[in-house]
Amino acid sequence: MLILDGVSVEVSGREILHDISMEVKPGETHVLFGPNGTGKTTLLMTIMGFSGYNVTKGKIFYKGEEITNLPLYERARMGIGMSFQRPPTIRGLKTRQLVALCAKMKRDPEELAKRLNFTGFLDRDVNSNLSGGEIKKSELLQLMAQNPDLVLLDEPESGVDLENIALVGEVIAELLDKTIKHFDEPMIEHRKKRKKSGIIITHTGFIMRYVKADVGHVILNGRLSCASNPEEIFACVGKFGYEECVRCMI
Amino acid sequence: MHDLKERAQKALKKKAAIGRDIDLSKYKLETPGERGGLGQICETDLLSAGIIPSGKGRSGSYIQEDHTVAHCNITQDGVEVAAIEDALARYDWLKDYWWKALEVDTDKYTAFTELQPPQGYFMRVETGKKTHFPLQACLYMEEEGVLQAVHNIVIAEEGAEMNIITGCTTASSLQSGLHLGVSEFYVKKGAKITFTMIHNWKEDVIVRPRTGVIVEEGGIFISNYVSLKQVKDLQTFPTAYLNGDNAIARFSSILVAPEGSHLDTGARVYLKGRGSRSEIISRTISSGGTIIARGHLIGDAEDIKAHLECQGLILTERGIIHAIPELEGRLSGVDMSHEAAVGKIAQEEIEYLMARGLSEEEATATIVRGFLNVEIEGLPAELKREIDRAIAESEKDLF
Repeated sequence: MLILDGVSVEVSGREILHDISMEVKPGETHVLFGPNGTGKTTLLMTIMGFSGYNVTKGKIFYKGEEITNLPLYERARMGIGMSFQRPPTIRGLKTRQLVALCAKMKRDPEELAKRLNFTGFLDRDVNSNLSGGEIKKSELLQLMAQNPDLVLLDEPESGVDLENIALVGEVIAELLDKTIKHFDEPMIEHRKKRKKSGIIITHTGFIMRYVKADVGHVILNGRLSCASNPEEIFACVGKFGYEECVRCMI
Repeated sequence: MHDLKERAQKALKKKAAIGRDIDLSKYKLETPGERGGLGQICETDLLSAGIIPSGKGRSGSYIQEDHTVAHCNITQDGVEVAAIEDALARYDWLKDYWWKALEVDTDKYTAFTELQPPQGYFMRVETGKKTHFPLQACLYMEEEGVLQAVHNIVIAEEGAEMNIITGCTTASSLQSGLHLGVSEFYVKKGAKITFTMIHNWKEDVIVRPRTGVIVEEGGIFISNYVSLKQVKDLQTFPTAYLNGDNAIARFSSILVAPEGSHLDTGARVYLKGRGSRSEIISRTISSGGTIIARGHLIGDAEDIKAHLECQGLILTERGIIHAIPELEGRLSGVDMSHEAAVGKIAQEEIEYLMARGLSEEEATATIVRGFLNVEIEGLPAELKREIDRAIAESEKDLF
């Protein structure tokens, strides 16, 4: 689904990410851990294709095609979607209108918003006067409308209150086709067919209660230090902090 | 009346306080023709300014072509729409409203208008009555190089409510002309006037509206001004006097200045009644032209509240938006504020929408559409639709 091959990224003339290689296979969900300011968001912004994130080395492939220099919106149209940590307010544009645009007018914003108990916010300006948790819901709503194949989530649970965290977690699981339920076909068959992939940045790990991740990575100072079982990494960081990851890198 | 003519004579050469001086002798004045008949006027020209030629869905209409009354009718009791000439002949008391909301010798434009035979419209809603549908007025310029000078009077009697759509526009063949429009609004105790004006001018048209508004106790005046097409030089600075306690005035403008346009607009509000409130909001876009967005709030009574907001977007390399917000508090119990911001569309906003699959052009257009979507409290849905339609119409010129 997504391959990063030795990617280095510069922001404002400074190299933030160094020689990152990773592969997200179809149906896999990866989790990124790492202290603040190590380059996790930079990695997602680079995959999405934002200006100011210059790939100086390496290549990015998505669905078998190189997308290293492809414009942002083309990547979105190819099925990459992202939820932002601090999205901008867009005055005068109603959330309802944006959701309809995301859905290419194919799905009803009202119906989608019901799932997130968010219908009361549809007529507000995009990201205007929303609390942290409401912003996360608004982002998820747009992703639900977009229905991307590769979902990039930047701290989707931060600022979400306890009452809503389960709801947000379940919706993310649905986006990634990771809902645990009884399918017509055996689970193993369903899992084989699963195409939706995701990369999730998390600090708290809360999200992992609802979305069963396949691979965990740690980014330290712009380098990927490990790719392993996400639960194990999370437990290890919880116990020893990221110092243990530094030890692994040396 | 004699005194007014004399004052006007003396002010005929008086330059306006703001704006380029215009030589009136370059434009043509004609004697009014036979009344009636919309024959000459192209329906699409009227529709583009929010005017419905059939008058359907309107409680009354007034359409003037150059100097001639082309159409005037009323479909509701308690509502009056008439040519000002007829109203002056009919009502002796109308002289008590003539040049009472602004001075006849304000400048050469007001003076000149007074010295012409009276033209323009008179609208009035009786005490406690409400217009079921908006009233519409259109001042249409047809003859090349014409000078149209009108003097309008609008009165909402006590407790009355009226919605007005005015569209000023030109024949599609016309290139140049001068429009002088004097308007006086009287909002009586507890009355409300919502006045939505859509201007639809041409490359070489010069416009000098002069407006005065008097609002009595508990009265509300809401003005929405939309000018999205090219106009050579437009300068207007309506002034409202909130004389009564708890009176309200709101001025919202949505302006687009393409290359070659010069728009100098704004509003001034004197808050004289205790607890009176005012808001001046402008959303301006320069796609190469110049916009001067003014606002002057004068707080002269206890417990008044006033806010000014100028937001400007410059879409092209060249383009000027000059915001001049002024707050003048004259005693301690006032609450006045302003915010102004001028710049280009934030790249962050464009890319946010691009991440949802919109191309750069689509993202820009979506943001601009939102920017122009001013929420006007209490604006009837019908008037909102007209504004939205005018914006949608102008989009194809913007991008």
